[in-house]
Amino acid sequence: MLFLADFSVIKPEPGLLFWTTVIFLIFWFMMSRFAFKPIGEALKKREQDIQDALDEAKKAREEMAHLEAKNEQLLAEAREERAQMLKEAKDAKEQIISEAKERANAEYKRKVESALHDIENHKNAAMVELKNQTGKLAIEIAEKVLRKELSNKAEQEAYAHNLATSIDLN
Amino acid sequence: MTFARKYWIVLIISGLATCAFAQDNHPHSTGTPTEHPHDAGDHPQTEQMSAGNAEADHSEGAHSPCGHSVSEEVEFNAGDNAVHHISDANAIHLWGNSYMPLPVILYAPGHGWTVSTTAAFDAHHHGNGEVTMDGYVLVHGNVMRIQNPQYAEGEVKVDDYTHKDTTIEGKSKTLYYAVINGQCNLLDTKTTFDGGLMGGGVTSFYDYSITRNVFTMLLTVLILFLVFRSVARTATKTHGHAPKGLQNFIEPFYTFIRDEVAKPNIGPKYEKYMPYLLSAFFFILGLNLIGQIPFFPGGANVTGNISITIVLALLTFVISTFSAKRHFWEHTLWMPGVPAVLKIFILTPIEILGIFLKPFTLLLRLFANITAGHIVILSFVSLIFIFGGAGKSMSGSITGIIASVPLSLFMMTLELLVAFLQAFIFTMLSATYIGTAIEEPHPHH
Repeated sequence: MLFLADFSVIKPEPGLLFWTTVIFLIFWFMMSRFAFKPIGEALKKREQDIQDALDEAKKAREEMAHLEAKNEQLLAEAREERAQMLKEAKDAKEQIISEAKERANAEYKRKVESALHDIENHKNAAMVELKNQTGKLAIEIAEKVLRKELSNKAEQEAYAHNLATSIDLN
Repeated sequence: MTFARKYWIVLIISGLATCAFAQDNHPHSTGTPTEHPHDAGDHPQTEQMSAGNAEADHSEGAHSPCGHSVSEEVEFNAGDNAVHHISDANAIHLWGNSYMPLPVILYAPGHGWTVSTTAAFDAHHHGNGEVTMDGYVLVHGNVMRIQNPQYAEGEVKVDDYTHKDTTIEGKSKTLYYAVINGQCNLLDTKTTFDGGLMGGGVTSFYDYSITRNVFTMLLTVLILFLVFRSVARTATKTHGHAPKGLQNFIEPFYTFIRDEVAKPNIGPKYEKYMPYLLSAFFFILGLNLIGQIPFFPGGANVTGNISITIVLALLTFVISTFSAKRHFWEHTLWMPGVPAVLKIFILTPIEILGIFLKPFTLLLRLFANITAGHIVILSFVSLIFIFGGAGKSMSGSITGIIASVPLSLFMMTLELLVAFLQAFIFTMLSATYIGTAIEEPHPHH
């Protein structure tokens, strides 16, 4: 058997127990104070940052979606409004046209009527004139005829007679 | 192409590693194996010491019947070799006969404290000190104490160290002697707290030295601290920026322990226990990994030493027991809904036993896994010496290398996995024990 070949690792040794305890306790203290604490905090902070960034991105996306919907709505509204306006314009146009037509018609009628009226008036005036002229002429003619006729005595008498008979005395 | 290149690099590295082990072994295997100065011929082994006369033998100061010289060549034994390399030591073997001296802090009741370094023993060959130092000697890199009070002070030249197997109270035990002026002086090994179960026990002195394991622990802790401090600084400084460099390597471990170990096992109060779990995890992982390096500054089997795992398991035990809530004690000592007789005679004793068994399995698991891994690797490396007839046959050694390198490479890869796995399992189970202890009552109770 070789010297020192006893299985010493299984024997608890006071020196090793003591030094392990001391070294480990110091290690534990130093590491938790100067290493694990800052690392843990930094990690936590970073995780928080990442979470925040993600949340923010999500929020922004939601906002974007919201905005988009709003835009869409606005657009739809605008489109509707435009259609409405177009329709209104069209209606207005039609109305104006029809109104204009009506007015034109009415004016036309009025004009025609007044023209007809004038014509009638003029015609009446002309007729009166004509009647007057005709009467005058007839009287002149009658005068002339009578003058000529009544130049002899017989004829005067015949005529008087004739007149007398034509007067109906009922 | 790149794969082939990588494979070659790995092969070369493992080859170098094997050489480092091999070099470490050479001092045992060179020399003249036929030389047996204390052979049976000179000193008939009639004085096979029994339990009773072992002390008597020593006090007589009988010279030489104290076994074989420690420098004497014996047949290469892979098991002994492995056990020697996983053991702690008071000096770090660098190469050949070079040892890095380490501080020694020794205490002997009645004699007081002795503080020095291993260099005081003037160790050269095999890590055996040439002189004593206030009654202490260095035998193969381990401090021992001369029982004879005659040498309790000062410096005395030691001729040789010997060892002898004997049976005391039915237990086989190896006794060590320092030969001074031709006299055998029985040596005491350092005190161990195994209560004699493993062949140790309380002896005349206590060793509080910075041993190889303590040195490795200090080094690992320092490296870990510097790495983590730098990561912490970067993490704080670069807030708002993407993590970079070492941070990217360390942070996944942190988040893994937090999200996969602490949170699911401990629950909402996990944050309080994070520093302990992380410290335990990185302490064990760091030591496991540095133990994988076959040459200086690695090679120490720290987490495979029961003293280290005892401390860690004890801390888990203390933390979980002291943070245990009423609910835990209720369920441990007086399980509701179980007949009283059953509780008194079966359940409660088992549960109480369980409280102590849990840390015990924790310390044993880590210790056994790491030690076993080291022993297997060392055994595979030993193939070189077995095939080579302990360095006598070059062709045999080459055959051994061909067999040893792939096997060692395989084991080292496996051990790399085990290093991570055992660190994880220790942390995981610690978290589970803490979680069970602080568990809040379920709503249906």
